[in-house]
Amino acid sequence: MKVNAEKNNGLCRLQIEGEMTISAATELKKSLLDNLANCSELEIDLSQVSEMDTTGFQLLFLVKREASLLNKVFRIISHSPKTLSVLKLYNMKDFFES
Amino acid sequence: MKTDPVLQTFIIESSENVQEMENSLLQLETSPDDEDTINALFRAAHTIKGSAGIVGIDNVERFTHIVENVLEQVRLGEIKVTGDLIGLLLKCCDHIGRLVDILSEGEDKAGNPDLEFEGQSIMEQLTAYIVADKDDLPSAQKDTQGVAGERKEISSDNRMVETGNWHISLKFSRDVLRDGMDPLSFITYLSKLGEIAGLTTLHDAIPDAGEMDPESCYLGFEIDFRSDSDKQTIEDVFEFVQEDCEISILPLHSENKADPPVVGAAPEKQEQIKAFKAKEAKTIRVDTNKLDQLINMVGELVIANANIDQQAQRIRDNSLLESASALSRLVEDIRDRAMKVRMVPIGETFNRFKRVVRDISRNTGKDIELVISGGDTELDKGVIEKIGDPLMHLIRNSADHGIEEADERLALNKPGKGTIRLNAFQETGSIVIEVSDDGRGLNRSRIMNKAMERGIINPGQSLSDREMYDLIFEPGFSTAQKVTKVSGRGVGMDVVKRNIETLRGSVDVESHEGVGATVHIRLPLTMAIIDGFMVGVGPLFYVIPLDMVVECLELSEADRQASLKRNYADLHGKVLPFLRLRDLFNEQNGRPPYEHVVVVQYAGRKTGLVVDELHGEVQAVIKSLGRVYKDIKGVSGATILGDGTVALILDVPGLVQTAKRMRKV
Repeated sequence: MKVNAEKNNGLCRLQIEGEMTISAATELKKSLLDNLANCSELEIDLSQVSEMDTTGFQLLFLVKREASLLNKVFRIISHSPKTLSVLKLYNMKDFFES
Repeated sequence: MKTDPVLQTFIIESSENVQEMENSLLQLETSPDDEDTINALFRAAHTIKGSAGIVGIDNVERFTHIVENVLEQVRLGEIKVTGDLIGLLLKCCDHIGRLVDILSEGEDKAGNPDLEFEGQSIMEQLTAYIVADKDDLPSAQKDTQGVAGERKEISSDNRMVETGNWHISLKFSRDVLRDGMDPLSFITYLSKLGEIAGLTTLHDAIPDAGEMDPESCYLGFEIDFRSDSDKQTIEDVFEFVQEDCEISILPLHSENKADPPVVGAAPEKQEQIKAFKAKEAKTIRVDTNKLDQLINMVGELVIANANIDQQAQRIRDNSLLESASALSRLVEDIRDRAMKVRMVPIGETFNRFKRVVRDISRNTGKDIELVISGGDTELDKGVIEKIGDPLMHLIRNSADHGIEEADERLALNKPGKGTIRLNAFQETGSIVIEVSDDGRGLNRSRIMNKAMERGIINPGQSLSDREMYDLIFEPGFSTAQKVTKVSGRGVGMDVVKRNIETLRGSVDVESHEGVGATVHIRLPLTMAIIDGFMVGVGPLFYVIPLDMVVECLELSEADRQASLKRNYADLHGKVLPFLRLRDLFNEQNGRPPYEHVVVVQYAGRKTGLVVDELHGEVQAVIKSLGRVYKDIKGVSGATILGDGTVALILDVPGLVQTAKRMRKV
């Protein structure tokens, strides 16, 4: 897994590449929260995610919740078929679009 | 690395699981839609992957992961089971098996480029099977089920509810992800059984960012599920989740819905746990070393007991004699039971050959069936481990040379489908394994020509069928007209024979031209303790396995005189070849006034052994000879007598052979 961060003023755009699975979960959690802490608006591009399991899902959820607690903006700007299918199966697609 | 017990367990379990996969695949070949078999297959693959992950064997984990992905789709009905797929999956089993083998040999994991290349090419073929992603169904799931577990029964009744509407509540434990399972897979699998009408993901349990452990699972699910399946089937979806999942499955619109009889559920659950525990306790895995130590101790006990017996005989105290004989009985009992612990049914070994025969069938285009019987015959574990290779040779020979091509068979009025039989049974003091086929049988004249060509027999020499067929066990002897991939290089039968002889067994072949051939393998019942018959030559003691002794005679003066010149005697009017142990073992001490002949029989051949004295029955604990003495002819082991003296155990099959050869010269 690889996280590419692109920062522009308060906006941070993260592109996640590879597997959002348990093997990368700890690393991903840190990366997501660190980036969130240093910006006011977080955009995530999931189009390059090849695999996502429940740990990946939980982390997305955590960051979104954390963002709203901190009054920051959080957005997923694009999906890969894998991430979309997980959100659909868990019936959480609308949650992430709101 | 080599001695790491975790790794050892992994190797053993994975080999078993590979075997399990192979069996399932072969079963699928006959019934490609059997869900239980598909599940068993999937479970085995999953377990291998899971434990490879835990032990950190990356290449196995990576490879099995792909296999598991394909199997998951098979399970979901997205990939159809075809002959080609089974063939490919069998290759996968082989590959995993090889990867695991390399581990057990302690080689460097990364070291083998051939294997890596093989894995790569199989993986590519596998990936071709994986269906392109569909939006509504994640195809390549990471992880799925684990093994049996606990279920929470809340619904009061097990009768089928007709509406077909269910409400399922799931709460996964924190560790479920770490244990290699993912709720995603369960829900995906559930969706195969019916329609998920509504699903709510419960995420309240996810703690604050600081405390949240990214590898723990905090989710629960409430699912409305529409399906014609009964409750049992739905429960089975979650069958594999270990203790770490709370599940309740409620029929919707049921009056009991609001009032789950928890009290009634508790004893039922206890019952289930009890049943599970009882099952668990049925078998226990024991290190073979421990078992060998135990058997060794039993052996010592037998020796000590023999000593006590001797002392009791000497003292002639009646009550002591009585106690000693009671003790003997117990010791004998304990000996028998200890030996039985090492016995395992041969069926599993036999089943392995289904695959071999299948592959040969495919390679040669012949239609061959393997019929197995006597699979529950038990043999010593050590023997079972070593009998695999010889059997493999024999079965390959049968399939390759024995069984004719289909059209040739039809022309001979035989059924087009060839049959190879594997059979095992017990026969006085030994276990017999038979490999037979209904093929063309051995060709007498071809064996004869070959034997003359190699100078093993002389032209004009006439041999009985049996002697003729025995020639195929000579080194470098192959009459196969064409060398094929599977056999025919002439390095087969002599190796088979040697392997079997190291197990103190013997092999012979029976054949009828055009009808088929049968190879009989005879193996000793036990490896470690035998009932023996003790004889003396000079100052030394020798033990002959009792079940091979036919009778004892005194060597008559006439024979005795004659025996200095010839080495056969007259036994009830028949020629009895004999061996003088005195000469064989180069005994220097003078000849006693009387000599005895012990007649032994092995594989239908009688031979006399000339000895000085007869000492009677003993229980002999076989101790193997050191490497230096390994190649000594005529002796297969040693034993320690009650008084500490060493006696050598005679290798009767070897001696019978020697006598036969001497007669011919």
